[in-house]
Amino acid sequence: MNDVRELEQMAARMRMDCLQMIHDSNSGHPGGSLSATEILTVLYFYKMNIDVDNPRWPDRDRFVLSKGHAAPMVFAALANRGFFSKEEYKGFRRTGGNLQGTVSIHNPGGDMTVGSLGQYLSVAIGMAIAGRLDNKDYKVYAMLGDGELQEGQVWEALMLAPAMQLGNLVAILDNNHVQMCGKTDDILSLGDLRRKFEAFGWAVKRIDGHDISQIMSALDSIPVQLTGQPTMIIADTVKGKGVSYMEGTAQWHGGAPDDEQLAQAFRELGGAL
Amino acid sequence: MKANRIVYGDTLVELAAVRKELLVLDADVAKSIGTAQFAAAYPDRFINVGIAEQNMMGIAAGLATCGKLPFAATFGVFTSMRAVEQIRNAICYTGLNVKIAGTHGGLETGEDGATHQAVEDVAIIRSIPKIRLFIPSTPVATRYLTRLAAEVIGPVYLRFGRAPSPEFYDEDEEFPEGGSKVLREGEDIAIMAYGNMVSVAVQAAERLAEQGIYARVLDMYSIKPFDTEAVLKAASEVRGIITVEDHSIIGGLGGAVCEALSGGHQIPVIRLGLNDEFGRSGKGDELHELYGLTPERVIETALSIMEAADESLKGGR
Repeated sequence: MNDVRELEQMAARMRMDCLQMIHDSNSGHPGGSLSATEILTVLYFYKMNIDVDNPRWPDRDRFVLSKGHAAPMVFAALANRGFFSKEEYKGFRRTGGNLQGTVSIHNPGGDMTVGSLGQYLSVAIGMAIAGRLDNKDYKVYAMLGDGELQEGQVWEALMLAPAMQLGNLVAILDNNHVQMCGKTDDILSLGDLRRKFEAFGWAVKRIDGHDISQIMSALDSIPVQLTGQPTMIIADTVKGKGVSYMEGTAQWHGGAPDDEQLAQAFRELGGAL
Repeated sequence: MKANRIVYGDTLVELAAVRKELLVLDADVAKSIGTAQFAAAYPDRFINVGIAEQNMMGIAAGLATCGKLPFAATFGVFTSMRAVEQIRNAICYTGLNVKIAGTHGGLETGEDGATHQAVEDVAIIRSIPKIRLFIPSTPVATRYLTRLAAEVIGPVYLRFGRAPSPEFYDEDEEFPEGGSKVLREGEDIAIMAYGNMVSVAVQAAERLAEQGIYARVLDMYSIKPFDTEAVLKAASEVRGIITVEDHSIIGGLGGAVCEALSGGHQIPVIRLGLNDEFGRSGKGDELHELYGLTPERVIETALSIMEAADESLKGGR
């Protein structure tokens, strides 16, 4: 999918799918899922070299969702991409369902079982090292949240990737400025992230994380390389993006919309599925 | 005598020749834990991530998703505690084919003191679903169990001490998972141990035999899966069980034995180990002495069990 308009429509569809899942299970995290929508749309429908018929294809690009609770948006991407049926949505967060609270390596199209904040940039590093050892030119994309950067392990990983010159590793920061209990700046400010990442040795790009064209060109500008600086894309986003009553508020970090709220969200997102 | 941690490193070098996907991960302790020779032999397959154990476990998980066979090791305190959530979530929950070694288990770590002595690691690791836990007692057992770890699919944790270990086994001895080894037969007492405490158990049994008390010595090298059958068999054939471990008496081998017997067996079990306390600095053997991990203490315990059993027999008459 190369057309920006089409990708925008897919993003709207994924938002509705995601909210429907959270509404139906009465459980989930809409805020950080909605902020990640355009990035995931571009990755899964434009950029990543993946094969729906062969999800375990060894040469595929990998995606690791380190901010694990944005899982329903990844499920929406995988289902719309055709990895599994939308029927699976009904099992989201439910006993007997295949879609857990976080993405699993056992979900078709899932590259890693994630969940606990701070851990999975390290996993992406392992995948990038394996790619280099096997001389495969796949890329490994890892999405982190800004609140997640408060976890110490992230900085162990941020230090190592440039030292190992993992040029095939791309970290994307969903910089939505809000965490569970409030604004990130009020809880533990992350300071000047660009300077921090650059000081650690990353090639840093800063974009509007809801602008499809900017995401496309940022990802396209990264060279195919097994060795070199890893890339950090700081994507400035809005928590709860696309649904007026969810935008920018910690209140919708976790929680499910009721029938009326879901209907309003669908109206704002351009209508029924 | 050779330390098991060194045999572990030697075995990885051997394995690497045939298992091209085998990698060794280090958090800058290779000189202490026995993987320095691997680094020298296979520099391209050795990754020192720096002093960052959590990152190391995550990287191991990522490598395993791509078909690699990573062996990640550091001191047991750091594998089992600093990086336990990474082991649990990134490796075990996922079921990835990662092998973890925790060295310097127990008091025999010695002079570095309590912060570096893992005395809870067995309890912690055995409570995590999907992981196997093997604790070799001798170089032959180490070589076999390291190879077994490479062979089975899924997470495996190997625990090693620090000190050199005597050998009790023939070169071709096998150590299947879920098994145990009877090193001495006996019908009076069963002494169960793992790692370097197996030697303590053997010494105690030899001296007990001189007094006409015959102790069965079991090397419980497979803590998970656990040889429940051997424990039940012992419970029906001897008068008391003693567990000896360089570890807390809570949740380790002593705990596993009591769990195995929880179906209502009327047999005394005395657990020797650290009694809900931390270690301290000192020489390993001196610490074993101080905390009662000696043949003398095992003998004393065996005698008290025998005495109590005799008393109860008299009472019964």
